[in-house]
Amino acid sequence: MPPPPPIAVERLVKIYKTIPAVDGISFSLKPGSITGLLGGNGAGKTTTIATIMGLTTPTSGRVMVLGANMPKQRYRVLHRMNFESPYIEVPMRLTVRQNLTVFGMLYGVDDLHGRIAELGRLFDLTDLLDRPTGRLSAGQKTRVSLAKALINRPEVLLLDEPTASLDPDTADWVRAHLQHYCRERQATLLLASHNMAEVERLCERVIIMKRGRIEDDDTPARLLARYGRRTLEEVFLDVARGSSVAGEAAQ
Amino acid sequence: MTVPTESAYAVSPQRIAAMMLRYWYLLRSSWPRLLDLVYWPTVQMITWGFLQYYIATNAGFFARAGGTFIGAVLLWDILFRGQLGFSISFLEEMWSRNIGNLMMSPLRPMEFVIALMVMSVVRLSIGAVPVTFLAIGFFGFNLYGLGLALVAFFFNLMLTSWAIGIFVAGLILRNGMGAENLAWSIMFLFMPLTCVYYPVTTLPAWLQPVAWALPPTYVFEGMRALLIGQVFRGDLMLDALALNAVLFAAGIFAFLKLLQSARRHGALLQTGE
Repeated sequence: MPPPPPIAVERLVKIYKTIPAVDGISFSLKPGSITGLLGGNGAGKTTTIATIMGLTTPTSGRVMVLGANMPKQRYRVLHRMNFESPYIEVPMRLTVRQNLTVFGMLYGVDDLHGRIAELGRLFDLTDLLDRPTGRLSAGQKTRVSLAKALINRPEVLLLDEPTASLDPDTADWVRAHLQHYCRERQATLLLASHNMAEVERLCERVIIMKRGRIEDDDTPARLLARYGRRTLEEVFLDVARGSSVAGEAAQ
Repeated sequence: MTVPTESAYAVSPQRIAAMMLRYWYLLRSSWPRLLDLVYWPTVQMITWGFLQYYIATNAGFFARAGGTFIGAVLLWDILFRGQLGFSISFLEEMWSRNIGNLMMSPLRPMEFVIALMVMSVVRLSIGAVPVTFLAIGFFGFNLYGLGLALVAFFFNLMLTSWAIGIFVAGLILRNGMGAENLAWSIMFLFMPLTCVYYPVTTLPAWLQPVAWALPPTYVFEGMRALLIGQVFRGDLMLDALALNAVLFAAGIFAFLKLLQSARRHGALLQTGE
């Protein structure tokens, strides 16, 4: 029997009181793939990611991660997943090393000292390991959050704006590292971002959401061709402003 | 990597230790937090201690009831600071916006609760132990002179404080930081009803059953029986223990249900006001 897809979302609906945040979306990701989840504010990206992580319960439909039904069976797989989001922080009073130690223990990481040293080298944090996280610059904090997200060498990684607050050089370096990590470990990455250049560079597939629904789902190249645009940003604007019909006509 | 078990109720000592380490790092990094642990218990003990000293020199009954006020203050502090210690450690996660990280980690709710319980004892020890020695120095009141009774008092009061703390944590998870005030104030609802400074018979008859439904009432009555009548009331401690078992189970049940409801309503995504 083939292994289950790392992430399988089936007819997912999430309604808060009477407002549908996610309205019947379905998609499935391949192992080792990098997928971009795009959409304007309120499109349903955060709710989708939170449901995949088991943080919120679907109103209907099903979310399977590594074969486990989320959130019911989340403890079967949470140690094989991780995530990073600018909306959730690591404790600021703790030093970088203390934070990585605590999360490493929570995720049951073997040879934690070695792993922290490795992540320190990888994210250029070695000199910052004993500094309180709150005293770091925004870019350094983002690198700490990414180090935390990779502490357990996750098979499924969910990142929300992973390069926000990073300078172009560091952002480029982080993207290269994420690409390398996914290729090397066959890890599946779902990336929510407003940085279209980043999505274009990293993702082999793009899912565009609008008002809780999937408006389009394809490779960046095919999306550009279908909408007759030169950049994903233009495609995004077409979708956000309701020009998908024009896109279909262009197709 | 250690292989975790699937059950939501499985408990991993390593994950509990991780959370305790997190709170220990936090306490160690902040002297105002440490000072705050000792400050109020000390001020309260000294204020009430002098009041008792004044009354004892002016009234025969209180002269015989030596130590009941200071004893009540110290025991009340165990109850109040125990709950506060639990709630503040929990609130640290809300204040630092770290609760999402924890809820999406393999940490089980019960492991989180156990870590918070242990940390409430640690925080209480840092705050209350020095104060008990000050009570000996200032007023000659030796709380440890209560011997094994103190163990029974302490255990029962901690169980109550944890049950309330667990319930309040659930309310905050479900309702956001708008419910934070409960963490600071809920115990004061118990103060008049659990008869901290006076016997249950002081209450109107219709209110007395309410008082007897609360486990701390038995502890404070037991303390007065010991200090005034020199009798250890084991029966009161057993009654308190039985009520505490019910209260604690109800607290855990409510916490799990509120957490479930928070997941359903997306409240874990919006942990603000």
